Amino acid sequence: MLTVLFDGIAYGMLLFILSCGLAVTLGLMNFVNLAHGAFAMAGGYVTAVSMNRAGMPFLLCLPLAFLAAAALGVVLERTLYVRLYGKSHLDQVLFSIGLVFMAMSTVDYLFGAQQQLVELPAFLTGQIQLLGARLGIYRLFLITVCAVIALLLQLVLVRTRFGSQLRASVDDARVARGLGMNVDRIFALTFAAGSGLAGLGGALGIQLLSVDPTFPVKYMIYFLIVVTVGGTTSMTGPFLAALLIGVADIAGKYYLPELGAFMIYSVMVVVLILKPKGLFGQAGAR
Amino acid sequence: MKRRTWHAAVVAVGLSVFLGSGAMAEETIKVGLILPMTGPSASTGRQVEAGARLYLDQHGDTVGGRKIELVVRDDTGTADVTKRVAQELVVRDKVDVLAGFGLTPLALAAAPIATQAKKPMVVMAAATSIITESSPFIVRTSFTLPQVTTGIAQWAAENGIKKAASLVTDYAPGIDAAKTFKEVFTKNGGEVVAELAVPLKNPDFAPFLQRAADARPDALFVFVPSGFGSVFMNQFKERGLAQAGIRLIATGDVTDDDLLNGMGDAAIGVVSSHHYSAAHPSPENQAFVQAFEAANGGMRPNFMAVGGYDGMHAIKVALEKTGGATDGKALVEAMKGMAWESPRGPVAIDPETRDIVQTVYLRRVERGADGKLWNVEFASMPAVKDPVKAAK
Repeated sequence: MLTVLFDGIAYGMLLFILSCGLAVTLGLMNFVNLAHGAFAMAGGYVTAVSMNRAGMPFLLCLPLAFLAAAALGVVLERTLYVRLYGKSHLDQVLFSIGLVFMAMSTVDYLFGAQQQLVELPAFLTGQIQLLGARLGIYRLFLITVCAVIALLLQLVLVRTRFGSQLRASVDDARVARGLGMNVDRIFALTFAAGSGLAGLGGALGIQLLSVDPTFPVKYMIYFLIVVTVGGTTSMTGPFLAALLIGVADIAGKYYLPELGAFMIYSVMVVVLILKPKGLFGQAGAR
Repeated sequence: MKRRTWHAAVVAVGLSVFLGSGAMAEETIKVGLILPMTGPSASTGRQVEAGARLYLDQHGDTVGGRKIELVVRDDTGTADVTKRVAQELVVRDKVDVLAGFGLTPLALAAAPIATQAKKPMVVMAAATSIITESSPFIVRTSFTLPQVTTGIAQWAAENGIKKAASLVTDYAPGIDAAKTFKEVFTKNGGEVVAELAVPLKNPDFAPFLQRAADARPDALFVFVPSGFGSVFMNQFKERGLAQAGIRLIATGDVTDDDLLNGMGDAAIGVVSSHHYSAAHPSPENQAFVQAFEAANGGMRPNFMAVGGYDGMHAIKVALEKTGGATDGKALVEAMKGMAWESPRGPVAIDPETRDIVQTVYLRRVERGADGKLWNVEFASMPAVKDPVKAAK
């Protein structure tokens, strides 16, 4: 029982890191970015390649995956995404899904279609006995890292000057500009951070989810469910939603294996019937 | 009309550049190879294609003055694409033989087309028992899951394993494997304490492995499709099932030769039963592995490669028998009862079922003198037919 809960939380935490960037672009910047998974995939591949080909240690690969995905995010945001901020959602969807297919083919061409695997360092493998349950050390590590990141995110958004500038820019970009804020820079930074976090998620998840060229499509539905269930007005929403989905998914597959895969969809349907704006959606949110 | 001519010209130019020959299309015998070359099963496609090409390189590609030409098409592992591609190959490219087929649903989607067009359909990879029954033109050179599962189920019952759990991927071959395992294992005095089916598109094996662990079996029997073995192995290791005293037994799909070296020490000691190991100690196989690795940048051949290799053998020898005539019925007749020495050992095509009859080996993963992991064979069961069709 405890093990199932623990696995679910670890999975949920991972989902949160993977999808929080999407919550930011979708909720705060009002941009439908289906290519979000492509950044996660980039992070995963950076990790796999630098570990397997360059022999770098796993822990060093994590920040590297973050930086690489963030850099990719900045470049794409400045060159492509920036042109679509004012466009309709349909344009944004078409553009970003096209980007997904291009990313998938590129990766397929460069690395082949097989799954990339890494061997974790010895101190992250194995299990420990805790409160009568056997807990995987890597999942424990995952939960810790993700919890710290979630906390940092919330602090940055709510307590810092940058956080208030971001919220102001989103609420009304024109007034924010008039007050002397560099809205473009804020959006670019935010987009980069979101992409970077996705990259980090891809790197952290390589052991659980593995990474191959179909990654962005395979997990797109999970990201979207997290963001829909959580609502996009705060970080708390997607965070709790990710945990809920993670636990529901694992517990569903454990206790009701016959309908395991449908569990998360049922959860989503129920939440959306009760709260159409998501768990923490507010009426005024765009 | 203009457009079609243009297409044909492009195809013809492409092919002649590709094969480096100026032969006219009418003179060649075309084999349409439909494989998943992209997507999650792409490794299957690569292996089968490399195996088929190697056969033609080694044994010559002309029969009765006509050249055998491979037309490779990617179906991305999606059944409706397979069907469309098969149609195009028959109608537009006028292929004489259909071959390949990486997964069961893909083979089943193309079967009606083979029947209608009266073209031989050589299944080189897909492994559900019923496939050969879906068209009288199907000949199989891969294996069936019941065929290879029987071995490990018997071995488990005879080697002190009393309680076992099974974990398979939830689609036709997986169900075949789980059913056969249970039948044979219980008949030999064992007990199956849990039967788990994992969705085909499953990101996380964790809950299923946890359930298996909680059932406290002596061993866990596993089937996953080619290409998924290493992800499974990683999670099996992480969950500490081996430390809890649960042995891992499997069909050879899990300890796939193509991926085995990426699995690390966790794979050592895993016992599996299958029809091909790259470590098979025969001169035919040693020559095959060496040539395959040399031609493919060091990639180790797996059971998919040998399926493609033997598939081309069946096609070529059948063509020799018919003197280069490409009548579908005649070719299938020529393949029935054909027997030869493959890299995997002696094989034959059952004249009744058109399915393959072959030796099934029990193997254990060991680290060889070269520092690499191999499936080392330690027992064999000669001339195993597909048990499902044999029981009918």
